[in-house]
Amino acid sequence: MTEPDTASNRPPTLQAVPPLLLEVQSLSKRFGGLQAVKDLSFTVGEGEIVALIGPNGAGKTTAFALISGFLAPDTGRVTFRGRDLAGLKPHRVNALGVARTFQIMRPFPRLTVVRNVMIATLGHHPAPAEAERRARAVLAELSLADKADALAGSLTLAERKRLELARALGTEPALLLLDEVMSGLNEAETERILELVRAINRRGVAILLIEHVMRAVMSLAQRIVVLNHGERIAEGPPEAVAGDPKVIEAYLGNEDVAGAPA
Amino acid sequence: MRTAAALVAVAVLLALPAVLNAYALTIFILILFYAFLAQAWNILGGYAGQLSVGHAAFVGVGGYTSAMLAAHWAVTPWLGMLVGAGLAAVLGAIIGYLGFRFGLRGFYFVLLTVAFAEVCRILVSNIDALGGALGLYITFTGDPRQFQFQDQRVYYYVALALTLLATGMAALIERRRFGIYLTAIRDDEGACEALGVDTFRYKMLAMVVSSFLTGLGGTFYAFYLFSLQPNTVFGIPLSVEIIIRPIIGGAGTLLGPILGSFILTPLAELSRQYFGQSGLHGAHLIVYGLLLVSVVLFLPHGAYPYLRRLFKRA
Amino acid sequence: MAVGLTLIFGVMRVVNFAHGDMMVWGMYLAFVLATRAGIDPYLSFAFCAAALFVLGVAVQRGLVDRIVDAPHEMQILLMLGVALVLENLALAVFGPEPARIRSALARLTWEVGPLYVDVARLVTFVVAIVLTLALWLFLFRTELGRLIRASADNPYGARVIGADVRRIYAAAFGIGAACVGAAGALVAPILPFQPTTGLSLSVTSFNIVIIGGMGSLVGAFVGGLLVSVAESLGAVFLRPSLKELFSFGLLILILLLRPAGLFGRRAA
Repeated sequence: MTEPDTASNRPPTLQAVPPLLLEVQSLSKRFGGLQAVKDLSFTVGEGEIVALIGPNGAGKTTAFALISGFLAPDTGRVTFRGRDLAGLKPHRVNALGVARTFQIMRPFPRLTVVRNVMIATLGHHPAPAEAERRARAVLAELSLADKADALAGSLTLAERKRLELARALGTEPALLLLDEVMSGLNEAETERILELVRAINRRGVAILLIEHVMRAVMSLAQRIVVLNHGERIAEGPPEAVAGDPKVIEAYLGNEDVAGAPA
Repeated sequence: MRTAAALVAVAVLLALPAVLNAYALTIFILILFYAFLAQAWNILGGYAGQLSVGHAAFVGVGGYTSAMLAAHWAVTPWLGMLVGAGLAAVLGAIIGYLGFRFGLRGFYFVLLTVAFAEVCRILVSNIDALGGALGLYITFTGDPRQFQFQDQRVYYYVALALTLLATGMAALIERRRFGIYLTAIRDDEGACEALGVDTFRYKMLAMVVSSFLTGLGGTFYAFYLFSLQPNTVFGIPLSVEIIIRPIIGGAGTLLGPILGSFILTPLAELSRQYFGQSGLHGAHLIVYGLLLVSVVLFLPHGAYPYLRRLFKRA
Repeated sequence: MAVGLTLIFGVMRVVNFAHGDMMVWGMYLAFVLATRAGIDPYLSFAFCAAALFVLGVAVQRGLVDRIVDAPHEMQILLMLGVALVLENLALAVFGPEPARIRSALARLTWEVGPLYVDVARLVTFVVAIVLTLALWLFLFRTELGRLIRASADNPYGARVIGADVRRIYAAAFGIGAACVGAAGALVAPILPFQPTTGLSLSVTSFNIVIIGGMGSLVGAFVGGLLVSVAESLGAVFLRPSLKELFSFGLLILILLLRPAGLFGRRAA
């Protein structure tokens, strides 16, 4: 979706279109009888924050799995920094700069928090001492420093969310895939994570997030892609998407929209 | 502090043969030998969490290789040991490749390892060139170049050396990236992959190291007991002996396997003595089973971590 | 007529899907214990089934239940422990010699046209089919059966709708054990057994289940047929001592190629 940068083409609400980081083209995936993702295309530019929303079962997490290498697409292509990700195993995709969190959190329960993050930092810093140093730094940034030596299995929900975030960050990604990182949190915790995500983005990390907490989506995202039944039904800046009748229709009858904008 | 304690322990172990009588010495040789095998398994089963219940296959391969090399080509078992271990590592690589490439985890991986061990057992039992079901016997010459010693105490020191070797390797692995990755792989492979860890590679590495070390043990077994029978040396009971020690003692810890062996080997000997007379075969296996169940239920991390916690509080 | 044999093994494995994978050598070995009744096994099999049901529930409640949420390896190890205890208890009590039960029926043969049909095996086959049907009816037509299948598919969902998952697991485990008990009794006259037979039986049943697919009754049935045919063929062409080799080789192949099985509902 790169357009020539002339005054007449530039949409008024966007600044100059950033260089392409992630390009998803005509992605499709079917499971038995269910078409989970159908002909999905969108892009994420450097440093952008893009949100992927849609009712449950719309195919969002499947899209994440397809992008991060956990699933192979039936058709279509995913390109990251111009590099085709076809057939790459998840750890290779991660090495290239894409990190993801999981909707159902998967900390390493028998390891300490700092070790959890070290698994991430060891990738770029094979010496354990250095990896630990960096892991602690990341934890400090996410206000988890005091829990660094506790077992990951003992953390509260909010702390686990931040740990999940810390681990993904530890791999020093250029693109962060956040899967419902705010679900289940109260007001204060949500606000906290929002700030953290903004801070991460300010450092230049692009964010692609799946979220049901609309408040967060509206305040964070620069662009929103709406999915329903695996297909893209709308795309655009938050205000445009919020008013789109197709989007509203897709959500009607779904009770999982938390705090939809007026 | 810890290194001091370790040095003391090693010193004690070095000095032991001077004070032990012949019977006690044999017990200790067994303790150390099994501790060695336990530690070798620990690298794959404890740290990496890939439960192999077919490790006896590596003992068998290692033992048979060096025995055959010695018998037919007069190759000194000191060299044969390395060859045997190498072959064991190749077998390990095959099993690992098949298992990990095809995504076999947990229970399925256990099945695979058991199946391979049994296949080896049956094959060897049926190949007459390898002695068939009766196995191989090694003539006693007492010649050190043939890995045989008149003096029991030399066997003791060899077993001790092996144990220290395996423990040293485990210690080295534990503190490096390799070891840290393994512990995470044990908990959640998918999450590891998402964080950039090539789980296949590290699991293979663990498997090869583990099987190589276990293969070394095969030669010791052959030249200490002087006989190799496929049913014993490839069999599930031996695999059980190998895994029970680290599990009871503490899988994934450095001292767990050793502690496990110190607890269980005398226990097995005692029960063999006590029950063996009344014709109750395998009674010690019942004890093993009960212990296994108890440990899983009450002390899932094994005896060593439990004791460590106790002493910390004291 | 080996079909009857393998069919039963397939059937009894299915029920344990409700509870995860690891069923266990022990359960299979337990049949060795069960079949020592002095009564003609064709009569006593119901009793054996009942006895093992109790044992199964006991194991489930007392042991497995406690570690349902534990890491996978722990569950495997637990079962291994139970297996060790059961096998060696049998060894201690019954001795290592192979045994065989003589049944009045075993000696009968029936002339059907040009064929001599071994009555014993025929009865086994018929009973196996009856049991399979009964199990099918139970799983698909009764409340408890449906709950078991639901729990297997989705343990979290089942809890949500208020099902007492623990009881369901216990029931499933117990039924599986009962099937084993019945199987053991029915098979005893045909197959000489000893405490160590457990392993090869487990392998056979694992083969069946993995081929047919975990969690599928139909799969177990089909798997049973396939495996028994394969094994019969193997027995024809290979030396008897290599027959076991064949089973294990088959297991390896199956593990590598289709861990989800033909009808399996769970991804490997």
